[in-house]
This record gives sequence, C-alpha cells and structure tokens, in this order.
Amino acid sequence: MEEGKRVIITVLGLDRVGIIAAIANILAEANVNILDISQTILQEFFTMVMVVDTSHSRVELGTLRDMLTEKGKELGLQVTVQHEDIFNFMHRI
Amino acid sequence: MPFHINKDEILETVRMVQMENLDIRTITMGINIQDCRSEDGQGTGRKIYDKVLRYASNLVPVGDEIAKEYGIPIINKRISVTPVAMVADGLDQEDMLVIGRYLDRAAAEVGVNFIGGFSALVHKGFTKGDLALLHAIPQTLAETERVCSAVNVATTKAGINMDAVYYMGQIIKKTAELTADRDGLGCAKLVVFCNAAEDNPFMAGAFHGPGEPECTLNIGVSGPGVVLNAVRRHPDLDLGELANVIKKTAFKVTRTGELVGRVASQRLQVPFGIVDLSLAPTPAIGDSVADILEAMGLERVGAHGSTAALALLNDAVKKGGAMASSYVGGLSGAFIPVSEDAGMIDAVEAGALTIEKLEAMTCVCSVGLDMIAIPGDTSADIISAIIADEAAIGMINRKTTAVRIIPAPGKSEGDWVEFGGLLGRAPVMKVNTFSPAKFIARKGRIPAPIHALNN
Repeated sequence: MEEGKRVIITVLGLDRVGIIAAIANILAEANVNILDISQTILQEFFTMVMVVDTSHSRVELGTLRDMLTEKGKELGLQVTVQHEDIFNFMHRI
Repeated sequence: MPFHINKDEILETVRMVQMENLDIRTITMGINIQDCRSEDGQGTGRKIYDKVLRYASNLVPVGDEIAKEYGIPIINKRISVTPVAMVADGLDQEDMLVIGRYLDRAAAEVGVNFIGGFSALVHKGFTKGDLALLHAIPQTLAETERVCSAVNVATTKAGINMDAVYYMGQIIKKTAELTADRDGLGCAKLVVFCNAAEDNPFMAGAFHGPGEPECTLNIGVSGPGVVLNAVRRHPDLDLGELANVIKKTAFKVTRTGELVGRVASQRLQVPFGIVDLSLAPTPAIGDSVADILEAMGLERVGAHGSTAALALLNDAVKKGGAMASSYVGGLSGAFIPVSEDAGMIDAVEAGALTIEKLEAMTCVCSVGLDMIAIPGDTSADIISAIIADEAAIGMINRKTTAVRIIPAPGKSEGDWVEFGGLLGRAPVMKVNTFSPAKFIARKGRIPAPIHALNN
C-alpha cells in the first residue's frame, strides 16, 4: 500500500439502523478500501473508528471529507476524516 | 507500516479538536524585505507588495488544504516582514505611511488577516528611519486594517530606552484618538516590547527579525481548552502530579503544531522556523487560560495564588512542548490577554483581577500586559510608566514582556470596549493615577543590568 494514504474516519452519535452501510457506500463508490473497522455502542451512543486506504480513491481527500460529513449531518452524526499522521504524531514518539 | 494507534487514542484526538478547541492558532510566514528598498516610499512599498505576493500567495490555500486533510482547524494565516524602519531608513514619515498602505494591500491580496512588521527596534536609540516610522504609527494603524506594529524599547543586553518609552506613551494616546470611533482599535494592533522575539508568529507583535532567513514558517499552536479539560479531569492530584498531566497534554498539542509546520513547510517549499509553545486563549467559552488557573483551585483568577498557579502552568507547557518539537521559539509561554479571554474578563468584572496583579503575573509567563482597556483620560506619562515597569520586568528577568494597552477614548472605569472577533471585548480597568510624570520626563537610558555583563 502506498505510504501516507491512510485516513481515519470516526463517526459519533446516536445509534440507528444503517450508519455503517451509509458510510461504507460512499467509500465504495469512491473506490476507498476499508482496512479496519471497530464499532461500539455505549448507552445508545454509537462510536465507530475506521481505517481506510485512499490510494486508489476516485475523489480528492477534501471532497471525500465533505461527502462524509454531509452524510453525517443527514443522519445526525458527527463524522471526522483525518490523515493518519495526526494520530501517529500525537500519540507516538 | 502497520497502523498501531488504538481506538481510545483516536477518540482522544477527535475530542480535543471537536470539543476542546484544539487548533493551530496561526501559520505565520516571515519574509525578508531588506532587498525591497527603492528611492522613495512609493517604490519601496511597491517592491514589498510584489515580494509578499510572490512568496505568500499560496499560504492561505495550502493552509486550508492541510486543515482539511488532517482535520485540524488552522485559524489564522499571517505574514511578518522585516521591521520597516530598517528597510526604509532615510525615508520620511510620509513615505512610511505609503509603505504601510502597501503592506495592507498585500495582506488583503493574499488573504491574510494581519501583516506584522510595521516595526522598529529602538532599544538603544533611534535611527532617522526609526523616528520616521514611530511618528507614522498612529495614522498608519488608523488608516489600515491589517497592518500591525511592534516597537522594541528595551533588552536585557541594552537596557531600557526611556526616550522611546516616553514617545510610546504619546503614540499610544494618539493612535487611540485617531481610532476613537472604534474604541481605540488601533492600539490593539500596537505592541511595545522588551526583548522582542524575532521569530514570534503571534500578532500583533510578529516581525521578521534581522537574524532570520529569507523566508520561514513559524507556527503558533493553541489549546487552553485541552489543558483545561485535562486539569478538570484530575481535581484531586497534588500540584506535582498535575504539572505532569499538563506536560503530557502540552506534548500532544504541540505535536500537531510540529506536524502542520513540517507539512506546510514542505508544500510551500519554505524552511520550517519554529513552533511557538504558547497557550493562546480566544474569547470562545472554554478556551481560556483564566479557566485553567481556576480549575487548578482558585476561586477567581487574580486571587492570591494566581502567580504561582500560572508559573506552574507556564513551565509545564514548556517542558511538554519542548520534547514535542524539533525547534521551539517565539514567545513560548501562556498568554494572559484580558479582552481575548472570557475568564479574564469575568475576573475583572468581579473585581478579582487588577492591573497590578496582571503585572505580577507577567513575571512568570509570556507576554505582558496584553489587550487591557484603560480609561481614555489616562495621561501619556502614565502609559509610559506602565511600559517602563513591564520593560523592567523583562530586562531583569531576561524574558520577553510587552504592553498592548488601549486608552479607550471617552470611556471610564467600568465601561466596555468592543473590538469583535479574536480581539474580543473588555471592561475598562482602573489605573493608579498618582503621577509618574517627572520620572518619565527625565528620559535617557536605564542601563543594562549587571547580569547582562556575562561575557
């Protein structure tokens, strides 16, 4: 996999049917591969962290981010899209 | 490379950005303009304008792109230039005004909200250019929107130029008068320094020092909200343990600045200068240095104990930040502006925080008496004396201190001034009105302290 193309998507909000499907659909259409996905529900509160590979993405990262946050708004969820380096930098020396 | 960050760490980062106002406060591009000298103000201004556009036209788009990619807001993109008094030495006051207008146009053209460097370094005395620039400050700050001015009147090595201190009192008054319709807004863009930092990315005090390279990127991080929440999560720790919590938090905050600096420097092909480790508050609720001190256990900032709490905070931020960044510089310390910090404003209103206590607090943090509104009828010599006191603190303690004070025209103690945006609003504070006039009128130079003689 190409270095520096991994992106972390986090989704936070009230649980409902179809969250993962909605996010995964956008990623599939953009040709973005899901590498890892972890999800928990704590007292109705949905938390998902996804690691994806954007090296073959059909859209720019900025566009992907806008599409995902837009979808998040529709579903009442907070979606963040961040390059993996921010986490590596912050949490590892 | 496998990805080995766990979910809790990811969510911690997301929380810092989404809920705790973690952001990059500023990416400031420092540009050398010493080669822009021409025969008059018009020619010099034109050259500066062209050069700023040549170097900085990508600054804002690249900043926005990085913010999107990493999901970290980059609040301000700014520019600092070589002190104009040096570049335009020999030109007159009118020429300086012309250059100020060109700086303003250049800033507007590249889309930055402030450009710093309408500045002079006069800690040991004036050149002709310095005097011309000083006299042009009030009108320039009144006429322009984005130009910021910093004047260095003292250093530990040179002592305090009391002639400059004397003039700055008058210049601040004049600047307030010329912007009386906006509550003296011009003074919010004017900083008087002791030991000014040549690579400070924060406005209004940023300028591109004479020891700096052709072009460089300096990053100012922020994160009072992140530190505040870390302190609040540990109400029972002793102070040594609390310092450790702050250190770890500061490390994480600073790492984001380091990352953004490296990426921006690569994309703009400009050398990375420094990360400034300052805790810079904003008027947003929860993004307050005062709130941190109160979370440490003070009823209100300004109470006895505030100086000690701030000293701990300031030192812990530096220790955590120093490890996080390859190059640390600028001001690097907690800021305690009044109008830009909701907690400070509340403390002034409650009668807990006075100018005298703020002055004491500036002994242990950066930068100084910052964004403080005082009655409009405060005399120039009292303002000069306030500057002299701060400069003395900086000179003796080998640190940067500054005064950014607004004698709000027509306002008296208890009234409010409104600047809007990041500059915020502030209650007019009481000033000690016993006269220092004779002391200030002596002028001359306060000699450098004995510990400046360290060769």
